[in-house]
Amino acid sequence: MFEYAPAPESRSIVDLKPSYGLFVDGAFVDGRGTAFKTINPATEETLAEVAEADEADVDAAVKAARRAYTRVWSRMPGSERAKYLYRIARIIQERSREFAVLESLDNGKPIRESRDIDVPTVAAHFFYYAGWADKLAYAGLGSAPRPLGVAAQVIPWNFPLLMLAWKVAPALACGNTVVLKPAETTPLTALLFAEVCQQADLPPGVVNIVTGAGATGQALVGHGDVDKVAFTGSTEDGKAIARTVAGTAKRVTLELGGKAANIVFDDAPIDQAVEGIVDGIFFNQGHVCCAGSRLLVQESIADELLDRLKRRMATLRVGDPLDKNTDVGAINSAEQLARIRELAEVGESEGAGRWSPECELPTSGFWFAPTLFTDVSQAHRIAREEIFGPVLSVLTFRTPDEAVAKANNTPYGLSAGVWTEKGSRILAMADRLRAGVVWANTFNKFDPTSPFGGYQESGYGREGGRHGLAAYLAVDETAGAQ
Amino acid sequence: MAGRIDVRKTNKLYIGGAFPRSESGHSYEVTDSKGTFVANASLASRKDARDAVVAARKAFAGWSGRTAYNRAQILYRIAEVMEDRRPQFVPAVRQAEGLTPARAEKAVDAAIDRLVWYAGWADKLTQVVGNANPVAGPYFNLSSPEPTGVVAVLAPQESSLLGLVSVVAPVIVTGNTTVVVTSYARPLPAVTFAEVLATSDVPGGVVNLLTGSAATIAPWLASHLDVNAIDLVGVAGDATLATDLEVAAAENLKRVRRAPAAEPDWTLEPALGAMTDFVEIKTVWHPIGV
Repeated sequence: MFEYAPAPESRSIVDLKPSYGLFVDGAFVDGRGTAFKTINPATEETLAEVAEADEADVDAAVKAARRAYTRVWSRMPGSERAKYLYRIARIIQERSREFAVLESLDNGKPIRESRDIDVPTVAAHFFYYAGWADKLAYAGLGSAPRPLGVAAQVIPWNFPLLMLAWKVAPALACGNTVVLKPAETTPLTALLFAEVCQQADLPPGVVNIVTGAGATGQALVGHGDVDKVAFTGSTEDGKAIARTVAGTAKRVTLELGGKAANIVFDDAPIDQAVEGIVDGIFFNQGHVCCAGSRLLVQESIADELLDRLKRRMATLRVGDPLDKNTDVGAINSAEQLARIRELAEVGESEGAGRWSPECELPTSGFWFAPTLFTDVSQAHRIAREEIFGPVLSVLTFRTPDEAVAKANNTPYGLSAGVWTEKGSRILAMADRLRAGVVWANTFNKFDPTSPFGGYQESGYGREGGRHGLAAYLAVDETAGAQ
Repeated sequence: MAGRIDVRKTNKLYIGGAFPRSESGHSYEVTDSKGTFVANASLASRKDARDAVVAARKAFAGWSGRTAYNRAQILYRIAEVMEDRRPQFVPAVRQAEGLTPARAEKAVDAAIDRLVWYAGWADKLTQVVGNANPVAGPYFNLSSPEPTGVVAVLAPQESSLLGLVSVVAPVIVTGNTTVVVTSYARPLPAVTFAEVLATSDVPGGVVNLLTGSAATIAPWLASHLDVNAIDLVGVAGDATLATDLEVAAAENLKRVRRAPAAEPDWTLEPALGAMTDFVEIKTVWHPIGV
C-alpha cells in the first residue's frame, strides 16, 4: 500500500472567537443559561464557549421571530425574499472554505466531505429554494398558499450546516421566520451562518439561533407561539416531540433514525457495489440517519463480496479530519463513541463475528475503526438498532422475496439500497421496499431538488424538492387545494 | 288478518370480508333521530379491533399491489352497487340523521358521486403529487406517492353515509387498507355500506367496519403498533380525547389527521389532503450512464 504524506488543510482561515452569544433579532446577545464548551472531537481541545439559551432567551427569540414575521417577512413579496436567499447562497459559496474548515473542526468529519459535499450542498439548497419564493402558486399546493408563521427548528450534529440549510431555506422561501437550535456539540457553523445573515442584511428576527442542549430544544418546541416544528434527530426524541405537540395546532415534520438495508444481488456490478457499501456506512463516520448499516448480500456471492469489501476497508484512512487524504474522521462526541462501543460489544456477545482492518488511531480524541460484523441474524441488536457509527452488519439472503422481507423487517423506513444489473429487478425491489429513498446502484446521494424523508418510525414529512415546500405552507382544506 | 312476520336483519361487523358478530357478544340499541328503537348493532370490542387490524394488514400487499386502473374500477363499482341500493340507503340515512326525504336523497346522491370522484383519482394522484427531480448529476430521480399502510379511520358521528364515504374512499383509493369505527349513534347506513363493499369486488380486509364507540375502541387503534396512520375526524369537538389519541399515536409515529373543532361540511368538494395525508413519497435514484 502507498504511504501518504500528511496534507493538512490550514485552519488559519477560521477566526474563532473565545465565546459566542445567541443570535436574536439580528444581533448577538448573551444567554441567560450556563455557557458550555464546544470541543474539537479529533483532539478534545476546546474551540469556544457557547451561550446556553434558557426559557426566557427562547421566548425572546420567538417574539423576535413573530415580530419579523408579522411586520416584515410575511408581507414582503416573494421576489424580494428570493433575493435575500440568493444573497445568502452566494455568501456561503464565497466563504465556503471557512465553513468547511469550521465544520470539520467542530464536527470531526473529513475536510474532503465538508468541502466537497456539505458546504456545496448547503449553497445549492439556498439557491434552489430562493427560486421557489416567488413561484409558490405553482407548487401544486393551491393557488395562494400561505406561510405558517414562526418555525421552531431543532437539528442534529451529524451535518450541522447542511441540516440548517434543509430547515432554514424552505422555511424562509415560504415566508416563515425561524428560531433554530443547533446541536449542543456542533453550534459553530450555525453561528457563522448568523454572521452571513447579517452580511446579507437579512431583516432582524427572520433568522434567530439559540444554542443549548435538550432543555433549550424542549423550550423551543413547547413554546406556545410557534406554528411549526421541524426536527431532525433520534426517533426517541421525535416521539417525545410528537407527544408534546399533540392537541396543538402546530404542524410537524420529523426526520428521524434509520436502519437501512443495502441489498446486493449476485449479478451486481461488484466493484461499484463495494464502493457503494463503503460510502453507505463509512461516509461521515456512519453518523448518517440513512446509512446503509445492514448489508444484505445474496448468499452465492457473500464470500467474494466480503473479501473485496475487507480489502477496500483496509485502504480507508482514519485520522485527522483536516487532512485532505482522510476518509474517516473523528466520532463526534465521547457520548456517541460510548454508544458505538457498547453496541459493538453487544454484537460480539450475541455471537456475531467482528472484523476491523488494522488501523492506527490517534491517541487523543474520539475514534472508532471501520468495523463489520458477519453472521448477523435479524434478532441481533446490531441488526435492529441504529448504531450511528462506522459499523456494518452483514446478513445474507437467497431470494428476492427474502431480501425484501429482511429489508422491511424494521420499524424504520428511511432509505434502502439495491445493487443489480437487472433493470426490472431494480424497479420491482424499489416498489416493494418500504423506505422514503431508494438508491439503486448508488447510495447516499443528496440533492436540493430531491425529497428526503422516511416511512414509519423514520418520521414524517419530506425535506427537499417541491415536496419540501408542503412542510412550510398552510393549505386550504377545501376544494382546489391539496 | 295478520300480516306476514318480517325477517329482521342482525346488524354485524364487517371484518376480513366476513360479517361476524362482536366476539364480546355485546350489542347496543340504535334509535332513530326521535329516539325510537330501530335495531341492535354489534358493539365492537378491543379484540374485534385487533382482528380487523390483522385483516387489514393481510389485505394490504394485495390491494396496494393492484394497478391504479383496477382500484379505480373497483371504487367505481362500489358507486354502481350503491346506486342500485339507493332505495335502501335513502330511508336508512333519513332514519339515522332525521333528514327530510329530499335531503336524505341528496346526501345519498352526494355519497355515490363522491365515490365516483375518488375513483377517478386512483390513476391520477401519482401524476399530480409525484414528479421527476432534476438533480445536479447524472441520475434518474423520481418521486411518487405510495400508500402509508393500515389506516384507522374514526368516521364522522353525524354524517352517517356521505361522511363515511368521504373518509373511507380517499384512504383506500391510493392502496391503503383501513379499519373504520363508524358513527356510534348512526351506524346502520355503514352496515348497509359494508354489504355494498362485500359485493363490489373490494377484496376482503381492505375495508373493515366496526360499529361501536370511538371513545372505547380508538385508544386501542391509536396505540396499535401495526397501524400506520389514524384519521381522528370522528372525535371532532372532543379535544381531550383527540389529544389522548394523538399522544398514543406517537408511540410508533402514526401519521395523524387531526380532529377538527367541529365536523366538516361533507357536501363541499374535498381537498387532496384527505388522500395525501395517507401516502408516503418515495424517491428512487439510479445513475445514468452507458
